Amino acid sequence: MPSMPETPAIVTENLGRIYKIRGPKRKDDPKEVIALEGVNLSIPRGQVFGLLGPNGAGKTTLIKILTTLLLPSSGRALVDGLDVAVHTQEIRRRIAMVSGGETSGYGLLTVEENLWMFARFYGLDSKVARQRIDEMIHVVGLDEKRRTKISDLSTGLRQKMNFIRGFVSDPDVVFLDEPTLGLDVAAARQVRDYVLTWMRQHPDRTLLLTTHYMAEADEMCDRLGIIDKGKLLALDTPSNLKRRLAKETVYSLKVAPLGNRPVDRADMIEGVSGVRQATVVEQDGLTELNLILDEDDALSGVLDHLHRRGSALLALEKRVPTLEDVFVDLVGRGLDVDTSQRADDQAAEGSA
Amino acid sequence: MTISQRILDLPLVRRSDALRTFVVATWLGWQIESNWADPFLFAVYSIVRPLAGVLILVVMYAVITASAFEDPTFAYIYVGNALYILVGMVITGVSWAIIDDREHYRVAKNIFTAPLNGYTYLFGRGVARLIIGSVSVLITLGFGIFFFGLPIRLSAIDWPLLLVSSVLGLTALACLGLIMGAWTLTMARHFWSVGDAVAGAMYLFSGAIFPLSVLPVWLRWIGFLLPVTYWLEAMRRALLGDEVASFDTLAFLSNQALVAILAGFAVVLFVVSAYFYRWALHTSKEKGLLDMESGY
Ligand SMILES: Nc1ncnc2c1ncn2[C@@H]1O[C@H](COP(=O)(O)OP(=O)(O)OP(=O)(O)O)[C@@H](O)[C@H]1O
Ligand SMILES: [Mg+2]
Repeated sequence: MPSMPETPAIVTENLGRIYKIRGPKRKDDPKEVIALEGVNLSIPRGQVFGLLGPNGAGKTTLIKILTTLLLPSSGRALVDGLDVAVHTQEIRRRIAMVSGGETSGYGLLTVEENLWMFARFYGLDSKVARQRIDEMIHVVGLDEKRRTKISDLSTGLRQKMNFIRGFVSDPDVVFLDEPTLGLDVAAARQVRDYVLTWMRQHPDRTLLLTTHYMAEADEMCDRLGIIDKGKLLALDTPSNLKRRLAKETVYSLKVAPLGNRPVDRADMIEGVSGVRQATVVEQDGLTELNLILDEDDALSGVLDHLHRRGSALLALEKRVPTLEDVFVDLVGRGLDVDTSQRADDQAAEGSA
Repeated sequence: MTISQRILDLPLVRRSDALRTFVVATWLGWQIESNWADPFLFAVYSIVRPLAGVLILVVMYAVITASAFEDPTFAYIYVGNALYILVGMVITGVSWAIIDDREHYRVAKNIFTAPLNGYTYLFGRGVARLIIGSVSVLITLGFGIFFFGLPIRLSAIDWPLLLVSSVLGLTALACLGLIMGAWTLTMARHFWSVGDAVAGAMYLFSGAIFPLSVLPVWLRWIGFLLPVTYWLEAMRRALLGDEVASFDTLAFLSNQALVAILAGFAVVLFVVSAYFYRWALHTSKEKGLLDMESGY
């Protein structure tokens, strides 16, 4: 079933997914989880599309549905114009999925054997398979490890091998679920470069990736979807998303210790009128406040509030909105990344 | 790699999802089964372990009957038990791949997003165990002939019956294994290998170690409903000759009737397993269990 060039690579129509919880522990525990609700997406061919969302937002669930691992509970999902619930095999011929941070693979096979096997599952003939594998192994710098058993590879190298596995079938649509999770800065850089180069060389392909790293999303994606609690909250290019916030005002404040968090919301910084969102980070005995205000005038209220709580203002800066600010504005909280250190590294590295 | 490479480059094989998958999965299964860092362990697993199982029975038999190895009952028990090695190997060989891929290698999501044929994938993964199991059976039988005077003579073997009933019987067993595998797909937690459980349960009722006539009449019916019963009977007749093999329970069936029954089982189980697999795959995708990793 050849699809027209103008058919979007990925379409979802009112897509929903509910997980039944088997044997809830307590009586009042929920019996089901709504992982996706009314998701409408259309991703044209040739685009790198990013899904940003906190833990449990439904990103992996969406990828599982699009890669035919999971059936939708409601609505439809199409890949290359084909319905995931119907044309499973046709879709599988065209897609590939790589997920990060996992240690999968037949550990007893060598890198070469494992890649050869998957190339064969996709029906490549020996010559093409050999050529592609050689080339890709070389590009990612796995030459010396090609006869090494996968079980003897480090996480980073395994991840690289998984990458090749994904791309070896020359897929039309690629799904990357947190591709750089758990990689060090240099390896993450390499993975991103590989993906971007591949997309440049194959402008008719489509890539959907999920990530926790704002810098990664900003750098790689043509368009972004921000998702939380199963709902798509925004859908636009990174720069448009940031421009949305330009009218509001984004401030960073450094203050001497704020002390304990007040119990009453009215006493918190969020309680000050005109404060849309606030995130608080404790660092080196100082408190850093990131505020999104409805308008500049709200700032005096904030300063009054800080004064009343007896903390001294050390620095104040009006900032250009970042993707992080957009995210906080929409989701109401920052991304809870478990490895904050690494996120910082990546952000620093991404802007370098 | 080279043999499988040649086969896979045949256009017919390459373009057919089912054939291509079967060949690659067979290759993979072989890599996994023969991946014994230590050849000594491999020998223990494929030779000593099955032999030990048979020898326990031999010792019990010797004690109870004061070593009456010439009695046809001995040949009956010995051959039935030796062949039963294959039942477990084939049934679990096919169903085990699901658990192995999900829990051990964690590749279920890679496998199930590839354009392969899941049904022939599982069969292919079972082939290596079939081969290893067959070697174990041959060694066990050879051991019996050599040490206990098991009355098997190459010149007296009914080869056509042996061949036909092997193919039909093993097909039926593999389809049973597939049903177990498909069932495993729909389970969130695995009872460690339903295949083993089923193979174990059938051991008692299929006439492997005692003729069905030993059982009360109503329990014999379980045996009559199992393909393994007819397979063992046909194999015994082919290897030992009619009079040693049958005892009274199945003596009323001619060789042709046995083969016909086995063929019926093979066809029915093939169709049932194919439909059951499709149903299981769908259910698994609905429940979100296809790439399940329970993580233990
Ligand atoms: N098999 C399952 N059974 C029950 N609930 C599930 C299952 N898989 C996911 N969920 C729930 O569905 C919601 C969405 O999960 P999902 O894995 O899609 O989120 P995610 O955005 O990928 O999160 P993360 O960033 O942590 O990877 C979560 O609340 C999760 O607990
Ligand atoms: Mg996820």
